[in-house]
Amino acid sequence: MAAAAETVVSQAEPEVLLAGHGITKRFGPVVANDDVSVELRPGRILALLGENGAGKSTLVNVLFGLHRPDAGQVVIADEHMELSSPHDAIARGVGMVHQHFQLVPPMSVVRNIVLGAEPRKLGMIDVAQARRRVMDLADRFGLGVDPDAAVEDLPVGAQQRVEILKALYRDARVLIADEPTAVLTPQETDHLLDVLRGLTAQGVGIVFITHKLREVMAAADDIVVLREGKVVGTTTPAQTSEAALAELMVGRAVDLHGDRFESGATGVGSAVSTAAAPSDEAPIAEAGERPVVLDIAGLCTDDDRGQRAVDELSLTVRAGEIVGVAGVEGNGQRELVEAITGLRHATAGTVSISDRDASGARPRQVTVIGVGHIPEDRAKHGLIGSYSVADNSVLNRYFKRPFAAGGMLRRDRIDSHARDVVATFDVRTPDVESPADSLSGGNKQKLIVGREFADEIDLLIAAQPTRGIDIGAIEFIWRRIRERRDEGTAVLLVSAELDEVLALSDRVAVMYEGRIVATVDPRSATREEIGLLMAGATPTTPA
Amino acid sequence: MTRTVLRAAAVPLASVVLGLVLGAALIAVQGHSVTTAYGALVLGGAGDADALLRTLQKATPLVFGGLAVAFAFKAGLFNIGGQGQLLVGAAFAAGVGFGLEGVPLVVHLPLALLVGAAAGAAWGAIAGVLKATSGAHEVIVTIMLNFVAGNLTDWLAANPWQDRSGSNIIARTPLVKPSAEIPTWGWLPAGFVLAALAAFACWFVLERTTYGFEVRSVGANRHAARYAGISVGWIMASTMAVAGLLAGLGGAIESLGVDGRFEAGVNVGLGFEGITIALLARTNPIAVIPAGLLVGLMEAGAAKMQFESGVAPEIIDVIQALILLFVAAPLIVRWLLRLRDTDDRRLTLGAGWGR
Ligand SMILES: Nc1ncnc2c1ncn2[C@@H]1O[C@H](COP(=O)(O)OP(=O)(O)OP(=O)(O)O)[C@@H](O)[C@H]1O
Ligand SMILES: [Mg+2]
Repeated sequence: MAAAAETVVSQAEPEVLLAGHGITKRFGPVVANDDVSVELRPGRILALLGENGAGKSTLVNVLFGLHRPDAGQVVIADEHMELSSPHDAIARGVGMVHQHFQLVPPMSVVRNIVLGAEPRKLGMIDVAQARRRVMDLADRFGLGVDPDAAVEDLPVGAQQRVEILKALYRDARVLIADEPTAVLTPQETDHLLDVLRGLTAQGVGIVFITHKLREVMAAADDIVVLREGKVVGTTTPAQTSEAALAELMVGRAVDLHGDRFESGATGVGSAVSTAAAPSDEAPIAEAGERPVVLDIAGLCTDDDRGQRAVDELSLTVRAGEIVGVAGVEGNGQRELVEAITGLRHATAGTVSISDRDASGARPRQVTVIGVGHIPEDRAKHGLIGSYSVADNSVLNRYFKRPFAAGGMLRRDRIDSHARDVVATFDVRTPDVESPADSLSGGNKQKLIVGREFADEIDLLIAAQPTRGIDIGAIEFIWRRIRERRDEGTAVLLVSAELDEVLALSDRVAVMYEGRIVATVDPRSATREEIGLLMAGATPTTPA
Repeated sequence: MTRTVLRAAAVPLASVVLGLVLGAALIAVQGHSVTTAYGALVLGGAGDADALLRTLQKATPLVFGGLAVAFAFKAGLFNIGGQGQLLVGAAFAAGVGFGLEGVPLVVHLPLALLVGAAAGAAWGAIAGVLKATSGAHEVIVTIMLNFVAGNLTDWLAANPWQDRSGSNIIARTPLVKPSAEIPTWGWLPAGFVLAALAAFACWFVLERTTYGFEVRSVGANRHAARYAGISVGWIMASTMAVAGLLAGLGGAIESLGVDGRFEAGVNVGLGFEGITIALLARTNPIAVIPAGLLVGLMEAGAAKMQFESGVAPEIIDVIQALILLFVAAPLIVRWLLRLRDTDDRRLTLGAGWGR
């Protein structure tokens, strides 16, 4: 075969590690990639930017062999390739860090990393050697993980490092990561970017997707911006700015920071009928006169491993108020939300919603009381991938009028409702009959948010509401959350993004090790103060 | 619409064709005439009114058995218990059929069917409730319940309900009273009409009702179903009861419409064929009807085929097995037909293993 000659060439350092030339990929009527060309050279970080549905994931999936392009070519290490599956790409030194980690939860870190490529001795897995090689790799690239811990016991950031090690263990020269920072805390993100930098120093090339311009400016060498499947710009951080990138992505100017202090202080709360003479200067005092909608007292609950995750927590949210829960992920926020919404059993304490006892209520009862819930994990809880957009638009309200009557689903009502949600929240989909699986990540999130906003609710529980959403749409969703608040809805916001918590909240509750350790006013507290509280410093007696 | 139907049907249709082609090769290798054999098979299954009646009678329990598997599968449950559910349905329907006297047909027949269906539903519900409350795997439980049902119905037929007339020593019940017999209209057995109606009812429930939405949600994503406020335990238990009801009804119709009584050992295996049918139909309730008819026709025509061409009727089992193999391993078919797998949702059975 002709490949023999080329193999000799690729022994030397290739000029181009990974490239797509004129890639076109269609899904039915949707052209996800339209004549896209990108190139990755050794030691460089290529950032892909673009709105939700611009075609970023599709492009990297083509480069990794998960999708076959309708036109165009993939080049790996200077060689034109016909990728029929990811195995071909992996064999050529391309690794991918998936957003949903491909790990076996109960197995140890070492086992996960070597799985399928175990070093063998006398036909048995050579555990000692495997462990040694993994440790070597971890040291070399600064990827600290406990090799013997079970993967399920590790925080998300560490699991991601395991994924990266898995690729490196297979001699990856290229690492592809689709929104690797979406699930990370700011600290973990910084660490990841350092790790990626370290990898490039050893000649590895990296393609990563993100919606956060700060990360692009900080870490990328090359930037490719996609819009509606086409490359609309190729640049470098030195030649551009965050504002210019945002404009390029969206096709219009985007106000990146204007939202920061719009909240509360502008007196938008006056629309609330229950509020007696709201005063602009003191929204917290003003909020004190509105009825309490969510009242949590002494709540305790355990995490999946049976460890106490929420510890005698008390918190109230009033009508027309956004309470943001700030905290490093893994301090019980998820369990708190699940306990309120009935997905998790509370071991002690009470929850009352709109003056009704909701302790131990089931998810259905919580919905019927008038609670909207944007769940943190959209793939697990938020959507049914094989269901149509229409069915997903009523996923937790299908039984209500007008979507159902006498136990029958009313398709026409469901479809027209779905069309409303899709139009209002700009969910990019060819029609409401398409399966949710075919939506891009951010559009899935917009569908969930749209669904939870569509019903009459007294309380909105929003966990990571803008995760994976592009900057233009974040702006829009923030505005909708504020509108809801102004109409009198109580909002409990849980977000790993301190920026988001600060931008939206009227009060910030800082959560640490399952408790609310302090409640602060976002307009007077500094990021540093909140950061310290999140790290466990007690406000009264600093450690 | 027609395109999506065609696309969904591509693999099963191709599997049937491939199975028949390989079957033809096997017949030819044995030195028989393929055209004579297959010609006789079709004539024996659909050549005249008698043949048609045989096919429809064979297809009836197959359709019910297929529905019992397909319905449960929509909730992500693998119901291997069709056999047991069918047996209790057949035995209890026969019990009511011969046990009551002097009751008019409009009461007796529906009552016998109802009792058979209820027995099947109860049998299915045992597995569903155990799954919902203790996580006991439905595959294991239904397999074990098949044995229990087999022995229970054998005992019933050999002891309390045995036909004591004349010198009968066979483990079977007396014939059911005429008022409990399911009528046959020419070549059309009423039981088959019920089977077809049941298939449409399943489709309607699954696609058009809120209950069906709940069942499909639990099957597609259990976590999201919980988030949506659906009681996963209730859905698992009730779905298995519905599945059992369908199989039980199939058994009842066997007793009341075909055999005229319940006899130990006669219905063995029928329940298992439901799995074949459900797979061939890709768990679509409507498609269960043609799948059941196809297999029913082959079974009805096998005798004539043997008579006219000398081919052993076991070839039918081989062809069925081949078809099942191709349906269950669509990769082979796809490779043969160069079909692209992008539009095809893989059908993974036993989604509940270990959970
Ligand atoms: N499997 C699929 N079937 C049908 N359409 C698809 C499929 N995958 C992607 N698409 C469509 O292709 C387009 C591009 O999607 P893609 O996932 O690449 O977007 P993205 O840039 O990654 O967006 P996001 O930032 O939201 O993740 C979207 O319109 C999407 O609906
Ligand atoms: Mg994406």
